[in-house]
Amino acid sequence: MSFLQYLIANQDEVLARTVEHLWLVAISSGLAVLVGVPAGVLLTRRPGLRTPILGFANVVQTIPSLALFGFLIPLPFIGGIGARTAIVALVLYGLLPIIRNTYTGIVAVDPAVREAARGMGMTDAQVLWIVELRLAAPVILAGVRIAVVLAVGIGTIAAAIGGGGLGEFIFRGVAMVSTPVILAGAVPAALLALTADGGLHLLERVLDWRR
Amino acid sequence: MPDPVIQFRDAAYGLSDRLLLGPVSLTVGAGERLVLLGKSGAGKTTALRLINALLLPSGGEVLVSGKSTREWDAVRLRRGIGYVIQEVGLLPHLSVERNVGLVPRLERWPARRVRQRVGELLELVGLPPAEFGSRLPHQLSGGQRQRVGVARALAADPPILLCDEPFGAVDPIVRQQLQIEFRSLAERLGKTVVFVTHDVREALTLASRIGLLDQGRLVFLGTTGEFNAATDPRVAAFRSLS
Repeated sequence: MSFLQYLIANQDEVLARTVEHLWLVAISSGLAVLVGVPAGVLLTRRPGLRTPILGFANVVQTIPSLALFGFLIPLPFIGGIGARTAIVALVLYGLLPIIRNTYTGIVAVDPAVREAARGMGMTDAQVLWIVELRLAAPVILAGVRIAVVLAVGIGTIAAAIGGGGLGEFIFRGVAMVSTPVILAGAVPAALLALTADGGLHLLERVLDWRR
Repeated sequence: MPDPVIQFRDAAYGLSDRLLLGPVSLTVGAGERLVLLGKSGAGKTTALRLINALLLPSGGEVLVSGKSTREWDAVRLRRGIGYVIQEVGLLPHLSVERNVGLVPRLERWPARRVRQRVGELLELVGLPPAEFGSRLPHQLSGGQRQRVGVARALAADPPILLCDEPFGAVDPIVRQQLQIEFRSLAERLGKTVVFVTHDVREALTLASRIGLLDQGRLVFLGTTGEFNAATDPRVAAFRSLS
């Protein structure tokens, strides 16, 4: 059976697994943004936290993904078998690029622009929202893009702990020594990654004020 | 003497063994244009930032409209003070119109009134809104950016204007024109102006009074006439540059 024949014969499952995969990526990336951007902002306000927080995010990156999934399973509340554990792991992987780019993007804002904004009577919150986050947006988004692409790839391993997604085909194919089955997971995953990458890159360009 | 708008009372800034400024005492009356003159590092910018509470004095006090900057709500205080700095002060991601309308919008003026005010101001500084309103700062020449900076500082009609070498990055011919226009604008609108520069010719063009700062000390304070007649060697040294 060729890859295409397998794909057509199993199109319902391929579609369902793709949607599942999309959910894993969307939820984990969303949470990584919700945690990572404020953490990055915090680093610009409390430079002392830079080393511990970036250090933690760095160390997480170095843990092999299958091992991280394994470490999380025995933990209470966040662990166990299933999608929840997979999402926690994907959030942890997504943090580093988002925190780092948020920090870098805000620090790179011209201090004179910040000073002028304060001098005009903007509150600290207004300086953050209207000036700093807005000017740093393309850089922050570049970090989000890395995190999303990473999540699409690492998300395939979620199947190993019952997290579902396109990894189901890959693990099944490996067990069956069947290339068409592996490809039924790998090709849609690659297409997802490319689409997300392209879409976010476009958004990045739209948000770039130097356009 | 007109009503005092800005008062420095032995105001100082810095560590006790290394003061960047002061202690300085001076009064700026309503409608006056005080130019603080000095070399770089003389404490001019520090003095200016003490007025809009970007810095708080480490000794003495600075009063604006009779109230110490320590007691002012800093955001309130700054909304009532126009602030013009070198070209970088424009927000690079906002159009000319949005830059000029920034403070009125922060003050929650209705959109129509903001639009009208922005149009008026751009006309006032010689940039027709139809042509320049939607441009981004980097699409303007240096002189045009400065005009936008002045328009933005005037937007919410603040009684006080603080200018930190606003024309420093502009070529000499445009610069002179901006100085003359700025002077007549400030005079016509009756603004109280504190203007910082290291250029003695600029000081003589703009000032109703000149204060000379040297290593954080106010070494001369007087009218342009008094400045021209002063025998103090530090004043004479500066005057010889004109």
